[in-house]
Amino acid sequence: MKKEIPLLIAFLLGTWMILENFLSGFSWVGPMKESITNGGIVIMAFTYVLGIYSIVSVNVARIRRGQDVVPKVALLAALALMVALGFWRGHEEGTPFNWLYLNLYVPLQATMFSLLAFYIASAAFRAFRARSLEATLLLVCAILVMVGRIPVGEKLWSAFPQVSDWIMNIPNLAGKRAIMIGAALGAISTGLRVILGLERSYLGGE
Amino acid sequence: MKALLLRALGRFLALDRRWIFLLMALCIVTPLILPIGLPFTPDPAVRNLHRAIEDLPEGSVVLVSCDYDPGSKPELQPFTEALFRHLFRRKLKVVVSCLWAGAPPLVNQAIAQALEAEDIRPLGLKDKVDYVNLGYKDGRQLVMLGMGENIHSTFPKSNDGTPVSQIPLMQRMRKLGDSQLFVNVSGGSPGTKEWVETAQGRFGLRMVAACTAVMAPDNIPYYEAGQLLGLAGGMKGSADYEQLVGLPGSATRGMAAQSFGHLLIIAFIALGNVAFFMTRGRKR
Repeated sequence: MKKEIPLLIAFLLGTWMILENFLSGFSWVGPMKESITNGGIVIMAFTYVLGIYSIVSVNVARIRRGQDVVPKVALLAALALMVALGFWRGHEEGTPFNWLYLNLYVPLQATMFSLLAFYIASAAFRAFRARSLEATLLLVCAILVMVGRIPVGEKLWSAFPQVSDWIMNIPNLAGKRAIMIGAALGAISTGLRVILGLERSYLGGE
Repeated sequence: MKALLLRALGRFLALDRRWIFLLMALCIVTPLILPIGLPFTPDPAVRNLHRAIEDLPEGSVVLVSCDYDPGSKPELQPFTEALFRHLFRRKLKVVVSCLWAGAPPLVNQAIAQALEAEDIRPLGLKDKVDYVNLGYKDGRQLVMLGMGENIHSTFPKSNDGTPVSQIPLMQRMRKLGDSQLFVNVSGGSPGTKEWVETAQGRFGLRMVAACTAVMAPDNIPYYEAGQLLGLAGGMKGSADYEQLVGLPGSATRGMAAQSFGHLLIIAFIALGNVAFFMTRGRKR
């Protein structure tokens, strides 16, 4: 039963999600769709509880083993602090939660992402080599798109933005569409396998 | 002489990455401290986004889904700020929702900033009558589906806890299809891709999007297919939009920094290749 019940739920809900698209003419379909969707949203909210449990258990185990104690304690303390502040005064403007979010979380996350510019520059210098025809094409396209997306490029040659747009809208579009169609066919096939119970890896262990 | 040159190129290839970091920092920080006004032409996809808003009759309802967090703030917040100014200036009714937990404080900032602007304050816009912030809801595509059927059931309360049944503006907005335009500001997943795949066609949305630069190539197929009426990609897209609405802001200022950053990367790629190919025979 441990496997049969989840397989049955996946079959029923998966089949419903397909059928509901073809049953919109029936009056009972709308409320049922709404109930199932809202039920899914509630279930997804519960994953936060699971996520917090996972973070706490993994990090507490590491602290006990003496691994990276300071960062792990800081992580758990920050988690507890934000949860406590959120429950205490809410998250509206002017609350401690909002202040910490705007003055600590926002700059920290923006800093993390801005570091990418530095690492991309370093990685491009060391690894971006025209070793083959494909690599050369990629390199030339990358440079043309980069130049075409900046005002200096437009100043150097007014046609750079058009060249950049052509690369993005013609070869890139063709490649992207091929990938999207391939991925969609793969998703349909995987979805059918899940609904029919042939794909069971989501149950874990297999 | 040749040996000397080869040795110098070899040393260049082994350049300590801290020098690269330093040069990149100078290229980015200098134009931000000493602004250089670099003119640029807005992209046609951003022009179409702007036109989609301009063509709406006064009083139309626009639903804005802000799905990003502080990681995408430099690219997308300037767009959001200019968007609210533009929508309020055009006297459109604005409903805002978020699928990312990190978005609501950024959205609140952008709305507050727009309401304080000189051209908006005299309009005397009222919360819940002219605009409403529904806040964050977890559930990704399920929220999109739920909003397509009944927004009142998916978002029973607004961001400040007011029941949606008591919000005048929400009486005109019962499901996604009731909006005259849907704007998605997207920093990743769930975002534009999911909105197009889950809701655009199914609920017949007129949709435009602003996304990060790395996401733009993924979203171009939707724009070219007409599923998106307009698209603003990355900081350049935000700067284009700022220019079109006549509100040059942080994205416009950032274009000079981006210009020099890109040029430095291109210079390093070119020099790295020259040095690599000139020293390759020597290594063999």
